[in-house]
Amino acid sequence: MSDDTQPTPISRRGFINWLTAAWVAFIAIVAGLLTGTVRFLFPNVLFEPPQSFRAGPPEDYTVGEVSTRFKNEFGVWIVRSTTEIYVLSTVCTHLGCTPNWLGGEQKFKCPCHGSGFRISGVNFEGPAPRPLERFKVTLADDGQLLIDKTKKFQFEKGEWSNPESFLAV
Amino acid sequence: MKATINWLADPAISFTLIILVFFLVFPITDRLEKISKRLKIDLLWTNTGGLIALGVLVLFFVWGLTDENFRLIVTKPDNVPIVGLIFLVGFFTWLSMKQARENDNRMGQGGQPLEASDKSKVLVWPDLIYIEFICLILATVLLFAWSIFVKAPLEEPANPTLSPNPSKAPWYFLGLQEMLVYYDPWLAGIVLPTLIMVGLVAIPYMDTGDRGTGFYSYSGRKRAISTFMFGFLVLWTFLIIVGTFLRGPNWNFFGPFEVWDANKRVVLNNVNLSEYVYVFLLETGLPRGWLIREIWGILLVVGYFAVLPGLLAKTVFRNLYERWGTVRYSTFIVLLLMGMALPIKMYMRWLFNLKYIVSIPEFFLNI
Repeated sequence: MSDDTQPTPISRRGFINWLTAAWVAFIAIVAGLLTGTVRFLFPNVLFEPPQSFRAGPPEDYTVGEVSTRFKNEFGVWIVRSTTEIYVLSTVCTHLGCTPNWLGGEQKFKCPCHGSGFRISGVNFEGPAPRPLERFKVTLADDGQLLIDKTKKFQFEKGEWSNPESFLAV
Repeated sequence: MKATINWLADPAISFTLIILVFFLVFPITDRLEKISKRLKIDLLWTNTGGLIALGVLVLFFVWGLTDENFRLIVTKPDNVPIVGLIFLVGFFTWLSMKQARENDNRMGQGGQPLEASDKSKVLVWPDLIYIEFICLILATVLLFAWSIFVKAPLEEPANPTLSPNPSKAPWYFLGLQEMLVYYDPWLAGIVLPTLIMVGLVAIPYMDTGDRGTGFYSYSGRKRAISTFMFGFLVLWTFLIIVGTFLRGPNWNFFGPFEVWDANKRVVLNNVNLSEYVYVFLLETGLPRGWLIREIWGILLVVGYFAVLPGLLAKTVFRNLYERWGTVRYSTFIVLLLMGMALPIKMYMRWLFNLKYIVSIPEFFLNI
């Protein structure tokens, strides 16, 4: 009677084969899930404006004014002073919000923690630890400004004296 | 009246007042407790006192709502929870302090705490379960009503080149955002909050004596409760309230009855300590190397954490140091000094326009 209820014996080799197969399947599934998850971190399509663009001839810019023309599209302010044109990044050096240009007070003011920058980009109020970054600006063959955002110039490293960081006019 | 309140709301003034009032309401030493008793401040922790405080707060809000600017800020869907928070934090503080004071009085007359009698005991079934069930239903009804009557504060799709003005974090982070005004991101966002929270958790338990444990009591553990409440009420809740109601466009301060004028002119020429030393005091101009430039600030910070604990152990905390020994005292004092670094820096900014004590943008070290 007890013989009937005995389960069919499984050989040691058979057991190990099944166990191996089970582990391989398990690891394969986990690896597949992980790959899918990691793949999910990278977007299918990336809308990025070109890093380098033409911004019209220098005559488009008025002396002593901050141009917000390319702020939304490329994240830059173009400023013309009496002697030069320079391009400022619109990323606050404190935590990366976008400051606003306040013409009445002649300063960039960040709405997140109140950092303030002069028209030159130098920080003077609030917690921002360093000036806004400047981008490379040159004159293209057709007489337009050519702005290259892949190359940035930081004041605290003494890079604003680099001839590529401004355009003498 | 409104002008006075606007003036009082200025952080340098309101923060100072809050600190002064705080230590009378939650006295940290025996002497302060005597003064507090003489001023009859513990009458606040009775039913009458609580009702009067509630009445004053409600009256203030009702009166304030007649003002257009006040109404605009307070009834903003983002800010409604903070109005609730003011009342809730107040109520639960009052509830626990009331029981603590009752127990302290009973113990003072040689009696037992309330918890020792059967009076405060409730049967789990059915009494406690019923109470919890009714609370659950009320909370659900409240959430339903809230979601129906207050519009969700949704905005247009996010745009990386446009930060709303003012840009506010979720309400529970506004204390942190306030801290970020005074410190560098890695300090104000990571190091200080972590250590302040660890401090708030750990400091009340550092006193392992059994006085006033196991039941509500203030006198038995006034140092622990006062330290914790300072961190929770002043450094956390109060800064959330400031961030919600008093910070307007361009992250400027606005009184509760002030128009949020995006063009308000506030002069905030912040100056680093190195500039104070070399430009204003020595008049030599900033030196080139960062080590020489920042040496005074570095000395100050090192002194704060290396010299001050020893000085305090010899003076203010002498008893504490002798009872607790070096290891426990050192842990306590470092956590305490970390927490105090925030109000100290806030006052330095308000009084001297000080930006950074140590400012080394060369490798992102700003303190």
